[in-house]
Order: sequence, then structure tokens, then C-alpha cells
Amino acid sequence: MRVMVFVKATKDSEAGLMPTTELFEAMGKFNEQLVEAGIMLGGDGLKPTSVAKRVAFDGPKRTVIDGPFAETRELVAGYWIWEVKDMAEAVEWVKRCPNPMPGPSEIEIRPFYEMSDFGEAVTPEVAELFERTRDKMGDR
Amino acid sequence: MAANETHRAIETVFRIEQARLIAGLARMVRDVSLAEELAQDALVTALSEWPKSGVPNNPGAWLMAAAKRRAIDQFRRHKMLERKHAELGRELEDERDTTVEAMEASLDDDLGDELLGLIFAACHPVLPPEARAALTLRLIGGLTIDEIARAFLSNEAAIAQRIVRAKKTLGAAGLTFAVPHGEERKERLASVLEVIYLIFNEGYAATVGEDLIRPSLCAEAQRLGRILAAALPEEPEVFGLLSLMEIQASRLNARTAPDGSPVTLPEQNRARWDQLLIRRGLAALERAKTLGGANEPYTLQATLAACHARARRAEDTDWNRIAGLYDTLREVMPSPVVDLNRAVAHSMAFGPDAGLALIEEVEQSGALPNYALLPAAKGDFLFRARRQTEAKAEFERAAALSRNKREKEFLLKRAAACG
Repeated sequence: MRVMVFVKATKDSEAGLMPTTELFEAMGKFNEQLVEAGIMLGGDGLKPTSVAKRVAFDGPKRTVIDGPFAETRELVAGYWIWEVKDMAEAVEWVKRCPNPMPGPSEIEIRPFYEMSDFGEAVTPEVAELFERTRDKMGDR
Repeated sequence: MAANETHRAIETVFRIEQARLIAGLARMVRDVSLAEELAQDALVTALSEWPKSGVPNNPGAWLMAAAKRRAIDQFRRHKMLERKHAELGRELEDERDTTVEAMEASLDDDLGDELLGLIFAACHPVLPPEARAALTLRLIGGLTIDEIARAFLSNEAAIAQRIVRAKKTLGAAGLTFAVPHGEERKERLASVLEVIYLIFNEGYAATVGEDLIRPSLCAEAQRLGRILAAALPEEPEVFGLLSLMEIQASRLNARTAPDGSPVTLPEQNRARWDQLLIRRGLAALERAKTLGGANEPYTLQATLAACHARARRAEDTDWNRIAGLYDTLREVMPSPVVDLNRAVAHSMAFGPDAGLALIEEVEQSGALPNYALLPAAKGDFLFRARRQTEAKAEFERAAALSRNKREKEFLLKRAAACG
């Protein structure tokens, strides 16, 4: 199964505080282990929300909101995409991650939807809709 | 944490560590079965101690140390028995206890490539390919015998026997579990790549409604490919095979219609191709070419797969390039199936007559008798050349040869369309 692993933001990451050399090294080693185990598909760190934007939707209305955003604990500071056998394996790998922040922090694991999860929802009509979207993309 | 939750956590740790554990132990005791037993013993120890002491910070190292201690104990006991027998009459051997010394030395000897050594051992050419695949899934993939049996549509007893026999063969071959180098590396690596691709293809061949363990073989093979790429970053064909698998797997979701029927490549909904896997596949392909693998079989096949992956629409496919790649592929990997695909590529690039000329060569070689796809392709070329009567006959011949119900229906429909 494929999971996205979110490193949640902290006051420090939102302040743009750079990790120490020791943390960079420890994180590098951890990433190496992920690659050697064949589970790492991708991942990156994200800049603080002071340089982020949001687009709020309300019916047909679109409002652009500039960062920074307040609810620090709900923000994301980085992510990985892993291919693991099950959630237990993902949890075990996260436990081995060095604390990504100087203070207390959290990492969240979210499984991707897979085609089989949609089941009956992918009707031939939905498939056809995708098809038309694809054709339009190709026409550009 | 509740007791059974702890147990589950320990079992997950073990599943992650198992391959490395067995690899390190096999290098030490030169015996896969014994290595597996020692690893199991370490698990049993962990299950009794960790719930009290908590999971150690480096559980892998803990398990390894526990297993190695046990190995040394066993050997010592074994030696003592030998000595007692000796005292009872035979001459007391004067030699020092070298086995134990060597094993104690190996405790500190972290070569880092033990897992790689185990992969090379499990895929040793002395074993038939199916035995290599089963052993690799067991030792490296950590699949149970039952899972392997279901994956290969076989039964547990047969797979268990296959694995026991394979381990015996390896034991008799006196392997050192070292990573081969030089000329030997080439042949042994080919054997490893063959097994990984065999596992991948077994998963790829799975159809809707089958046991889910079967399609998961694709993911397992990709993972093995990634492990190998991390361990052998200078081997072009490792990246060639990895690229080929990532790109082929990117289409897994698109190749089946909602009703379960197969969807051919030109008809697939390309919006459903997995772009993350395509990107990874293209990156691996670049690496393979940088390392000088451009004309090696897996890298060539990956290059072909990449031509399709890069085309946004079926009609954007660069058939000229594909035809050229098949010309090269048949030189390095001669096979009638490659020749058949080459004929199809040439028909797409240069018109149906070009395809007909090449497919007739394949026909005359007699290498693919009773192969439904041959008359199916020929029927398509004839149809496009407006030779409908001959096309109809070929489609009917193909339908009669096909053993797949949906394929048969498709071919009969094409025959009917010839008028």
C-alpha cells in the first residue's frame, strides 16, 4: 500500500528555523535506510506558510488568502511517499525517524486511496469523463 | 500498550528486520536453514523479553546479537560433544576452536552487503528459476509458504518442498554468501534480474477476482528492484529492469475495464497511468543509460516502455523510434516474440506492408506455431492493407487458437468486421 507521511509543522519550522547539521545527518541516514529497504518513492521539505497561499472556495466564489497561517499544528512541513505492506510497517518506520524538530513534534501517516477502494464508483461513465479530460489535455 | 498490541509491534519489527537478520546469520553459519532457525529463535526471545523491557532502540541490532549469541552457543555445544566422543576413544584433535573464533570475529565484521549476498544466494543459477523465485520471496520478501503457494497458484506442500530442496542444493554447493565480483558477477546478476522479473510478471498476469496476493507480487518485485538499485548503484541493467517494472506498473490501474475485461495499450485511459511511477521509471532509465546500459536487454525494453509512457495520446506514440529500438533489441535478445512485436512496430511506423513482410519471416521460421497473437497481428496488417478476405481468415485462425475467452470474443468481432 502507498502512504503519505506528513511531518507536521511547529513554531520553529514556521519561523523558518533550519535543522542543525546533526539533524540533517540523522535524517540523511534515515532516508538512506528507507531507500535501502526499497520503500521510499519520494519526499521533500516544505517552506513555512509565510510564503504560502490558500484559495478558499464558496460556491462559485474564489478568495485568495496569503500566509502565514495560524493553526501551526495542522500545517505540514514536509512529506514522504512510501510503499509499505501495511500501516503497522509504516508506523514502525516512522518510529525510527529522528525527531524532525528541535522540540516536540508529530508525524502523521495517511494511506492513499487505491482503485479497489472506489469499487462501484468508477462506472463506465466516470471512466469516460476521465477519457474526455485526457483528450482535452492532449489537445493543448 | 496491550499485550497483543506489543506482540503485533514486535512481529512487524521482525518482518522488517528478518531479511537482514537471515542474511547476516547465513554469512556467519553458511547455512540458510540454520540461519532461519536462529532468526526465529531470536524472535521468540524478543517476544518474551520486549513486553517487559520495552522495544529496544535499535531492534535490528538487538535481534542480530541475540541470534549470533545463540549460534555461538550451539557451535560450542556441538564442539564439546565432538570432544567427548573423541575422549571416548578416538584421538583428541589438537586444532584450535577456529569455527567459534571466526564467528566471534564476524560479530564485529559489518560488511554492509550481507543482504545483497543473500539475494545472490537465493537466486543462484544452480537452482531452477521457480525455486529461486520461491526462495527469494521467502527469505527476502518475508512471505509465508502459504502466501507463496497462493501467489504461484500452487499448494503449500509443493512450495514447501521446493524451498527445502532449494536450500539443500545451496548447502551442497558450499556457498559463502559473498557478493560475487568480476566475470562471475555478470552471470549471477543476470540470474537475479531474471527472478525479479519473473516475480513481477507473475503479478502482472494476475486477473480480476484472483487472490490479492498475486497482483501484490508486482509491488514485491519493484521493492526488490529498488533494494538492488540501492545496493548496486553502478549496474546499468539493475536500473534498466527497475525502470521497466516501474513503467509497466504505472499502467496497472488502466489495463482493466470496470467489467474486468483487459484494455489494450492504445485504448487505455492515460489519465489513469500512475505519474509517480512513470517519473521514477524515467529517472531509473536515465541512470541506466548514463551507466552505459543503453543497448542492454532490460534497458532497451525500458526505453520501449518509456516511449509509450511519454505519449500523452496513443496517436502521439513515436513508432519510428520504437521500430528502431526493436531492430536493436532483436540483435541483443533474439526471440520470435521480439520479432513479432518488431513487425507490429514496423507496421505502425511504415505501414501494413512493412509489417506483413516481417511477420511472414516469423511465420516461415516456424518458431511460433499455435501462437494466437501471430495470426491476430497478421489479420490486423491485412485489414489495414484492405485485404479483407485474407484478414478475416487470420482473425478466425487466431480466435481458434486463443485460450482466453475475452480475447476470443474480441478476435471474432474483428473477423466479423471484415465483412
